Amino acid sequence: MADDRLPAATLNSARWLQRAAGALTWPLNPSDYLGALFADTAGGNAVVERIGHPTPDAVTLTLRVPRGFPRHRAGQFVRLGVDIDGVRHSRCYSIASAPERDDGCIEITAKAIAGGRVSAHLNELLRVGARLQIDAPAGDFVLPEWLPERLLFITAGSGITPVMGMLRSLDARGTVPEVTLVHAAPDAASMIYGDELAAFAARHPQVTLHRVYTRAQGRFDVSQLDAVCEGWAGCETWACGPDALLQQLEDHWQQAGIGARLHTERFRPRVPQAGDATAARVQFLRSARVVDGRGDQPVLDLAELNGLSPAHGCRMGICHGCTATLKSGCVRDLRNGKTFDEEGDLVQICVCAPIGDVEIDL
Amino acid sequence: MSHTHYLTDAQADAFGRELDAIRDEIKASLGESDAAYIRRMIRIQRGLDIGGRALLFAGVLPPAWLAGTAMLSIAKILENMEVGHNVMHAQWDWMKDPKIHSTTWEWDTACPSDQWKHSHNYMHHTYTNVVGMDRDVGYGILRMSPQQPWRPWNLGQPVYNALLAGLFQYGVALHDVEFERVLEGKKTWRDAWARLKAIGRKTGRQTLKDYVLFPLLAGPFFLYVFSGNLVANFVRNLWAYTIIFCGHFPSGSHTFSAASVENESRGRWYLRQLLGSCNIKGGKVFHILSGNLSHQIEHHLFPDLPSNRYAEIAPRVQALCEQYGLPYNTGSLARQFGTTTWRVLRLSLPGGQSLEPQLA
Ligand SMILES: Cc1cc2nc3c(=O)[nH]c(=O)nc-3n(C[C@H](O)[C@H](O)[C@H](O)COP(=O)(O)OP(=O)(O)OC[C@H]3O[C@@H](n4cnc5c(N)ncnc54)[C@H](O)[C@@H]3O)c2cc1C
Ligand code: FES
Repeated sequence: MADDRLPAATLNSARWLQRAAGALTWPLNPSDYLGALFADTAGGNAVVERIGHPTPDAVTLTLRVPRGFPRHRAGQFVRLGVDIDGVRHSRCYSIASAPERDDGCIEITAKAIAGGRVSAHLNELLRVGARLQIDAPAGDFVLPEWLPERLLFITAGSGITPVMGMLRSLDARGTVPEVTLVHAAPDAASMIYGDELAAFAARHPQVTLHRVYTRAQGRFDVSQLDAVCEGWAGCETWACGPDALLQQLEDHWQQAGIGARLHTERFRPRVPQAGDATAARVQFLRSARVVDGRGDQPVLDLAELNGLSPAHGCRMGICHGCTATLKSGCVRDLRNGKTFDEEGDLVQICVCAPIGDVEIDL
Repeated sequence: MSHTHYLTDAQADAFGRELDAIRDEIKASLGESDAAYIRRMIRIQRGLDIGGRALLFAGVLPPAWLAGTAMLSIAKILENMEVGHNVMHAQWDWMKDPKIHSTTWEWDTACPSDQWKHSHNYMHHTYTNVVGMDRDVGYGILRMSPQQPWRPWNLGQPVYNALLAGLFQYGVALHDVEFERVLEGKKTWRDAWARLKAIGRKTGRQTLKDYVLFPLLAGPFFLYVFSGNLVANFVRNLWAYTIIFCGHFPSGSHTFSAASVENESRGRWYLRQLLGSCNIKGGKVFHILSGNLSHQIEHHLFPDLPSNRYAEIAPRVQALCEQYGLPYNTGSLARQFGTTTWRVLRLSLPGGQSLEPQLA
């Protein structure tokens, strides 16, 4: 961003200097040495600036991002790497702040999931000053360049976060169109961003807010659509929440023949069913091959049986010559039953067998 | 030599299960303090690297030159051994930190990491001490087992050995080219050439850094920095050579025939790792400087367990060996290096069968 304003000569010599410094620190980068000298940057590239608890079971983090961090589009998420007991866990969190925010920080809000490893850590153990690793923003659950005239948002629980990013962005740009927002939570005390949404609606007469308290009113479903948003079919719609709700909305929009007007975002990874010889399916992404197999066959064997020849060595789990990246799904290490189910997990395919549907970057 | 001698199949399986249990237990206990260990080690190593290079700029003053060279030597030793070697073994992959990961690590030596991971992690660790399969048995230039046939050029072995020690990083770099297999027609020239080019590129960058850029940066003190880097690389070579040769060739260590590893069970694989590996006794600092390869036995049983844990595993493995009536080869550096050097000298002449361990 700031680079655009520097004269070409300065840029050139900066680049030259960088290369010279790189040759001196080869095979490392100069920043690796600076990290060793001045600050323990091992935990990641972002620093927790502020921690708030909007509800008893959610935490809002203000994160200082590194210089030059790419600007997100409203509605996108970041992959957050969090070190817990020495292990880095990666999870996605939608950016709840507007891209227009210019203090070098972004905001995310994480709801504590029962038994959740990362969300519990963020909620209970994280301290101001801690470091987290964030990757460039991603995702296509975003507002279009050209805003439609009428927007409908349907969210539940922590599903408000990407939509909050969108609303704050519209607000910051001063171009709030006609908006209907349905946001559900068990009750007022556990509604994330409830007060800010109310204030937003109060400031903009063209915004209609429906807060649904499910404990008292029951779940929101498609039968209430006409009541909350007349002419909903004419709206461009964004929805984020539990799978059951999204599934229902998708069916409904599909039946109305306007499936393309509904944009959804799912937080929940597919849940794998564990099993031994049960049927499994592995997709080898780079070679565009889909292979059916069983949950007791190493992925490497499955690949070879189907004419692929991935790199490998010992075939017994000691050399790591067969390591491949898990893109989705779950695999099990046949030696000890340990499962891997995070996107980006590096797995030894000679000893790991698929559980259910698996995608491997091979 | 076959390793069927020591244990029956059932005993070997039981032995393997006990080792598996140790492995699982350690794996399950890895946590924050282990992560802190490797990160601290990396910071110390980089600090020494920077400090040593800075002192060398003041190398006109003899104490500064000496201290700078010593610090840089230690930095290079740590980088290659306790950090690089072990990270590339995937010992720290469990942290899932992409910066300390076997798939991304490149180390400060002539050998490109991907070639190393093939020749070392796969060939050497899978076929440890199997004559004709594990190329660490003599690196294709030394006769290190009486099972290797004697050739007249083996007479020059003491000289090749000294050269290998001094130029160890280049010897390691050329390892995966496998010249003798190319000559035997088991490997194509094209493949060898591709590897050589990669080695050339890496060696070029290493040379540029240590022998051109840093000395030039020192301006009039070019020679002080140049000589400091030369000595540091040399010290690291000698040290790495010493530790690595002591890992598999002291007296009492076994070598194996290719036939003996056919259809080898996991228990027998463990047994062969044990019989072919030797530990070196020493203090904590010595273990760290050796990259914990002084716990060579534990490293070969569990090549991907973090090195900081080998010390606590060692007594358990030793007790297990006692229980199963197995040898556990350990000794002082003087004993292990002395008998290794004797082996090099003795096998430069024909025969040498007496070097094989005598089975009771
Ligand atoms: C694109 C994207 C954006 C996301 N944005 C946000 C966000 O802004 N705020 C936020 O709080 N979360 C968000 N998530 C979800 C988040 O990434 C984690 O999945 C969530 O925090 C749970 O992680 P965990 O480590 O605590 O649970 P885990 O330890 O991974 O799982 C523990 C148990 O909880 C179940 N579980 C996992 N996720 C959920 C869920 N969402 N609801 C109910 N049960 C679950 C698992 O199946 C498992 O049984 C997003 C996910 C995606 C894919
Ligand atoms: S092939 Fe060696 S670990 Fe998988």
